[in-house]
Amino acid sequence: MSDPVTALKGAKGTAGFATVTEIGPVGMITLRGDFANKAVVKAAVAASGMTFPEQRRCATQGDQGMAWMSPDEVLIMCPYAEVHDRLENLQTALAKHHALAVNVSDARAVFRVRSPKVREVVAKLAPVDMDEAAFTIGMFRRTRFAQVPAAFWMPEADVIQVVCFRSVAQYMFDILNNAAKTGSEVGHF
Amino acid sequence: MSTRLATPGRLIDTSQPMSFSFNGKKLRGYRGDTLASALLANDQMLMGRSFKYHRPRGVVASGAEEPNALVNLGREGRFEPNQRVTTTELFDGLEATSQNHWPSLEFDVGAINARLSRFLPAGFYYKMFMYPRSFWKHVYEPIIRHSAGLGKAPKERDVDTYEHFHAFCDVLVVGGGVAGLQAALTAGKAGARVILLEQTDHWGGRAPVDGGVVDGASVDNFVDETLKALQSMDNVQLRLRTMGAGVYDHGYALGYERLTDHAPGSAGPRHRLWRIRAAQIITATGAIERPLSFAGNDIPGVMLASAVRDYVVNYGVSVGDRTVVVTNNDNAYLTAIALKNSGLSVPVILDARVLPDDRGLVAQAKALGIRVMMGHGVSSVKGGKRVTGVAICSQAGEGAVLEEIACDAVAMSGGWSPVVHLWSHCGGKLRWDTTHACFSPDVDNPPKGADGMGFVTPAGAASGMFALDDVLHDAHAAAEGVITCLDMKLPKEVTSPVAERREESPMAPVWMMPHGASAKLRAKSWLDYQNDVKVSDVRLAAQEGFVSVEHAKRYTTLGMATDQGKLSNINGLATLAGALDQDIPSVGTTTFRPPYHPISLGAIGGEARAEIFQPLRRTPLHDWHEANGAVFEPVGQWRRPYAFTRGSESTHDAVMREVTNTREKLGLLDASTLGKIIVKGPDAGKFLDMMYTNMMSTLKPGKCRYGLMCSENGFLIDDGVVARIDEDTWLCHTTTGGAERIHAHMEEWLQTEWWDWQVYVANVTEQYAQIAVVGPNARQALERLGGMDVSKEALGFMDWADGTLGGFNCRVYRISFSGELSYEIAVDASHGQAFWDALMAVGADLGAMPYGTECLHILRAEKGFIMIGDETDGTVIPQDLGLNWAISKKKDDFIGKRAQERSHMTDPNRWKLVGLETLDGSTLPDGAYAVGEGTNENGQRNMIGRVTSTYHSPTLGRGIAMGLVHNGPDRMGEVLSFPGTDGKTYEAKIVDPVFYDKEGEKQNV
Repeated sequence: MSDPVTALKGAKGTAGFATVTEIGPVGMITLRGDFANKAVVKAAVAASGMTFPEQRRCATQGDQGMAWMSPDEVLIMCPYAEVHDRLENLQTALAKHHALAVNVSDARAVFRVRSPKVREVVAKLAPVDMDEAAFTIGMFRRTRFAQVPAAFWMPEADVIQVVCFRSVAQYMFDILNNAAKTGSEVGHF
Repeated sequence: MSTRLATPGRLIDTSQPMSFSFNGKKLRGYRGDTLASALLANDQMLMGRSFKYHRPRGVVASGAEEPNALVNLGREGRFEPNQRVTTTELFDGLEATSQNHWPSLEFDVGAINARLSRFLPAGFYYKMFMYPRSFWKHVYEPIIRHSAGLGKAPKERDVDTYEHFHAFCDVLVVGGGVAGLQAALTAGKAGARVILLEQTDHWGGRAPVDGGVVDGASVDNFVDETLKALQSMDNVQLRLRTMGAGVYDHGYALGYERLTDHAPGSAGPRHRLWRIRAAQIITATGAIERPLSFAGNDIPGVMLASAVRDYVVNYGVSVGDRTVVVTNNDNAYLTAIALKNSGLSVPVILDARVLPDDRGLVAQAKALGIRVMMGHGVSSVKGGKRVTGVAICSQAGEGAVLEEIACDAVAMSGGWSPVVHLWSHCGGKLRWDTTHACFSPDVDNPPKGADGMGFVTPAGAASGMFALDDVLHDAHAAAEGVITCLDMKLPKEVTSPVAERREESPMAPVWMMPHGASAKLRAKSWLDYQNDVKVSDVRLAAQEGFVSVEHAKRYTTLGMATDQGKLSNINGLATLAGALDQDIPSVGTTTFRPPYHPISLGAIGGEARAEIFQPLRRTPLHDWHEANGAVFEPVGQWRRPYAFTRGSESTHDAVMREVTNTREKLGLLDASTLGKIIVKGPDAGKFLDMMYTNMMSTLKPGKCRYGLMCSENGFLIDDGVVARIDEDTWLCHTTTGGAERIHAHMEEWLQTEWWDWQVYVANVTEQYAQIAVVGPNARQALERLGGMDVSKEALGFMDWADGTLGGFNCRVYRISFSGELSYEIAVDASHGQAFWDALMAVGADLGAMPYGTECLHILRAEKGFIMIGDETDGTVIPQDLGLNWAISKKKDDFIGKRAQERSHMTDPNRWKLVGLETLDGSTLPDGAYAVGEGTNENGQRNMIGRVTSTYHSPTLGRGIAMGLVHNGPDRMGEVLSFPGTDGKTYEAKIVDPVFYDKEGEKQNV
């Protein structure tokens, strides 16, 4: 097997007031199921190594995490090399339950954007309230960035992590850098 | 003449002179000037020509309401027409040219229209251009096109950038005058998140010009202190140069920020569109002064009284040495007083009212020695390209001239209209205020949100409060009300400031000056300056039966210019009401629609231009394609290689080579874009039986089946190969453009109709790089990679299997869209390029070549396989395409089944799919129609069929095509005529649509 290659091979943009870096590959599993069923939740917690997230929130720690995607969907994140094993264990644990777990690691591109003004970068692209009091660490949004679907969260202050589809990685990279162009600071937050 | 005064204006910085040009003439101004004030300071009174009569026009207002003074601004990549001089801040090097004249602003041939004005009344276009019919295309339209439009269209690409910004707040306050400042302060003190927008570059609105005393100090002081307080609050955001452009449902509002219009070329975007979600909106948008309707009120030098005052106080510019003030209210006396205090002459104030006593400003003006003529008005203004004098008459009479007074400016005031636009955008109702003769917001009928509660509150002059003290109290109360709606609390100590009250006499509505103006005077009394609509036009419209204000507007074009009738609306509908003998509120207003003032298309587009105009989807192999001669074509938002050209080879030659090579040796296709949707659950089989026309529940794990999907109306919407993965999991392939659409289609049925079925779906299209390995050498190539058994016995036609090839984990489908021995191999996208490289390496001496979508099309057409979007167009059912074999007769139901049983769907006269073979081997034109006997009711030849796909087949050495033909399958061997758009008529024989390997032997080896 070859070494996995991300969509943009780790591209980095530093020209503007934010640093935009393509990271990954990141292991990702989409899990759909009935989360009122304790067994399903237990399997998700075991597969992710994280606590089960509340609505519009995510729990992340280093390379692993779990994010709320919809009332019947979570996104499990882990090191890319572990995704097949974790998926297999998850599917085994869920064998007797109606649930769907699939590997989507390669279907995605992941970006890290770092800047003291990172909230402005997001507010230019996504219809999300980025006020410090309104969007805090631990929150997770499934939304759009300009014209493409995306999800993001803040792993730490001044940093956002954005997930989008692999095919539009270049577009995402370009709009993030464009939104961070020097001279376009808004001074709103 | 207009000139700069010795006393500097309050907004001007005389230490920073700037040079600019108007029609090539070099002129000078100062920082703080608008282009309007700078032009006036240079005695450039004539600024443009009107739209219809090409009348000479000067600036009439000092703000966004300006109808006349529009210019072409900038050059090349920064050229923009129809820019208002009153909202254009002066900058060093500004270049402006005037519009709508030929050959020059001073001498304009089009002005002849004015002489012909009695032949160009309201509705002229509708009356004149009807007959004869042929004249429309050849005479009228070219003339209208030539004369239409104001500024020139830009010719070069815009060099600036634009962006959007999403902001959220509790309270959005629009307008940074004293009302807006006070409302923001009150709301801010209650702890609300506040955004305050002001369209100009300074705070305070017109209160500092009009003066006043607030809490014992001058109003300037109040502005400064309030601003300081707001700036110190973390929960309040202030934005200058940002106009509240529109209010929409659910508290959504647009702000239009102009960042670099006053400093072109500086870093950052030119405009920023603020997309604001506010819980509550306060519109502190002020009021606009109304012109008076008297003859010659459009001559350069006739201006709104407030504008004359603004130019003197704000910019230190006098419009004339001798200014006649004409008014129906006290407010205009401020202008006379300001002019007098600046050492300028006011020969007379013509006041249409007859007041019992002199109070307040009237008394003050008289004390300054200004002559006041009560009960008088303007009969007509003298002058052409600028004012030379006024003829005075009694307001009550018909315009008999009592006296002529020489002057070079006229300051008029017909009262004030609250700016109710933003209040009205989303349904706020208006009421008629008889005291001030204006429409103001009916606060009991605000625009309502989803909860049935109002979400817009007007404040200050925008709510019909004109006295400074009323303005401040109203603004405070508006904010207080909003705070209560938000369930927040205003601290007790926060109260409204108190302003000193001026003694004031009531205004008197004047809609025509003089009251009994003759027809001749009415035909010279302008209502809408930009569109040249006069009092006489509106009266004519009423006379001709256009009694609805919306009809009269369109008939006369009143209020339809780029200023959207900010000055003309109320005067126009008062005139209409007068002509109809109705009162004004029963005539009503036209509809207020966003934006309040034109905003740039660039701002609306935001960042979406050039490289990021649209997302462009790329497969994991995109870079390789690009480096290897791919000619791309768009398929949905994807870019797929159409063909891979080599050296100087033409695209057509490349396609021919790819087809032959794939048929004879080995072709590789990037099929990653095909949709892949996982469907899983105990009810998945049942669900897929509903989704597809054929039976999917009976498919065995390890097997594949081709399936068709129809809409509930029975029309074919997608097709693809379905693989059963395990007992309750299926993988559905969709077309490239269908992945998201079909995924949504499935979710919709699951969420809205069969919500109790146990099925989950996931779109995993992009997880995989999928490569089709096609041709007689395909198996050999895979065997060279090594790994899983790909023999006919282990992996037969329409089987699939998981395994490894060349060390890559993969899933291999034995499916064929080409009729050749074919494997479609899915690997994780992150390994896609490496797997492709491995295939190219082992296939090198087997003739491996990549092929593109056009080759794919030819291969499938040779086999008679249909393509969604070619053979289907939203009106085609599977039965039309001879796909009855793929429609299960065993199933009780599937989506589209009932529709397909309707009479029109079972009509034997529906056109059906056949193959078409030209007699001479040429290629039929795409989309060509076959003509039959006779003509239809329109005298056109009857059509009996059309071409849906057509190609040159290198395999067969001739043109092949598919088409839908009336009774087609029953007419084998018949020859049809297809007239082409090239003048030739093509003859083609109806044949079986499968042209190549009818028995399917080549794919089943």
